Amino acid sequence: MRSAAFARGFLGILEREFLRFVQQRSRFFSALVRPMLWLVVFAAGFRAALGIAIIPPYETYITYEVYIVPGLVGIILLFNGMQSSLSMVYDREMGSMRVLLTSPLPRSFLLLSKLFAGAFVSLLQVYAFLVLARFFDVTPPWVGYLAVFPAALLGALMLGALGLLLSSLIRQLENFAGVMNFVVFPMFFLSSALYPLWKMREASEVIYYLCLWNPFTHAVELVRFALYGDFNSDAFLVTTGATVLLSVAAILGFDPGKGLLRKTAGRS
Amino acid sequence: MVLEDDGSPVVVTVNDSGECTGERTGGSTGDSAVRGSGRTTETGTGRTEVAIRASGITHRYGKNVALDSVEFELCRGEFMALLGPNGSGKTTLFSLLTRLLVADSGHIALFGHRIERAPANTLSRLGVVFQQPTLDLDLTVEQNLSYHGALQGLSKKEVRSRAGLELERLALGDRAHDRVRSLNGGHRRRVEVARALLHKPDLLLLDEASAGLDFATRTSLYEHVRALCDERNLAVLWTTHLVEELKLDDQTLVLRQGKIQASGTLASLANEYGAGNINQALSTLASGDSSP
Repeated sequence: MRSAAFARGFLGILEREFLRFVQQRSRFFSALVRPMLWLVVFAAGFRAALGIAIIPPYETYITYEVYIVPGLVGIILLFNGMQSSLSMVYDREMGSMRVLLTSPLPRSFLLLSKLFAGAFVSLLQVYAFLVLARFFDVTPPWVGYLAVFPAALLGALMLGALGLLLSSLIRQLENFAGVMNFVVFPMFFLSSALYPLWKMREASEVIYYLCLWNPFTHAVELVRFALYGDFNSDAFLVTTGATVLLSVAAILGFDPGKGLLRKTAGRS
Repeated sequence: MVLEDDGSPVVVTVNDSGECTGERTGGSTGDSAVRGSGRTTETGTGRTEVAIRASGITHRYGKNVALDSVEFELCRGEFMALLGPNGSGKTTLFSLLTRLLVADSGHIALFGHRIERAPANTLSRLGVVFQQPTLDLDLTVEQNLSYHGALQGLSKKEVRSRAGLELERLALGDRAHDRVRSLNGGHRRRVEVARALLHKPDLLLLDEASAGLDFATRTSLYEHVRALCDERNLAVLWTTHLVEELKLDDQTLVLRQGKIQASGTLASLANEYGAGNINQALSTLASGDSSP
């Protein structure tokens, strides 16, 4: 197949995701309201309760709002990944996923294109949130806004791949509540998004190690360092490794001969 | 070997280059290859490419057998109806033909290529209208077609010119910029047909495409698709459970509990199973009695 066909396929998927995003304005606003509530309400309440020590990449004492912003970027990426998963389960139940899967382009290429398109939409929301955060005295250096692009993109791909994998495993839309309870909330709360890991260790050694093994922690740390023009190689390696593993598993999940699709097709 | 409408059998052979050859012989029926109806058989002798060749297709969901040793052939320019009650295995067969599933045993070749070995060669020649609505309601008709065109590797320019033509033919030329959400069920179905034809496929699969439509819309959709067989040398597999929407000379496969229960034109099935009444014939077949 010609490379032009691949380029058109990719751009077509990207354009559709963007158009859907533009059409669904409420989705954009709700994606911003969620982290803003955490930043304005939750952070204000916790500012007094939690002291933040000087930890890398910060060079001085910081407010809790400053600490929590990379975690809230992570929230945007996490919820977008799950939103994308939810819409894929919906698309599969409603049938529109079939249009994608019956394209002559390789299925792995189509799924990766969808992953990139979802990540692109996530990044638009991340930048909108970072602009709003400036009004609450979260002002990272300008270079951070550039450096955060590849970091947030990698995080978005990792969480999008997780969503893709979940959508190949979930048989019905109703099962999605379980995903929120058993995947999204544990992933978010057992991470460095809301509290630094040393603080977790003070509370419980077990919880500390759970947080350390959580790939979401590393995605958040990658964003945190990037936002201040720094690079965390451990976080990069873990996030990249998790992205590759989850993507491969998701592609296998959509393989018609191996994946769960074979068990979910209707009989009529 | 299959029977012509007038009862004379046609020997069906497939040569090495994957062409169908239909030749009127006047002999008796022997072991049969189920074939569609269309240009080849109408002219008496003809050659055309085999669009679908399904050989010994068996598929299970756990212990449930959804399809059991299904075999049939469909050539370009031919129309074939796949008739069966709910749960007969039509949608499973459809999913196998579109590579959404892979058969447990047997194989499907589209245009001479095994579908699982050469998905790009086969799927690029395939147009599909799914049973469930697959249009994006929040996008316009044109945006939906553009998305499909991109997935088929078409340029924007090609999509624009082809979309205009297909929508015009389906009397939807003035609705290109409308949101799909604002269209009624019949119009949405026609958009799906236009979309399936956008990349000029050689084989069109329609899975219960007329479900939920009123009689007039169903008839016009059927007439449009039927005409494409001749105009574009298109092979069409039309899946339905409504016998009323077919014509008596339509070549038909009757599927029941995953097996091909009977095949032939509706007229010949009526004669064989139902004393001249096709509904009676089908209810006989649906009850599992396949003996004439």
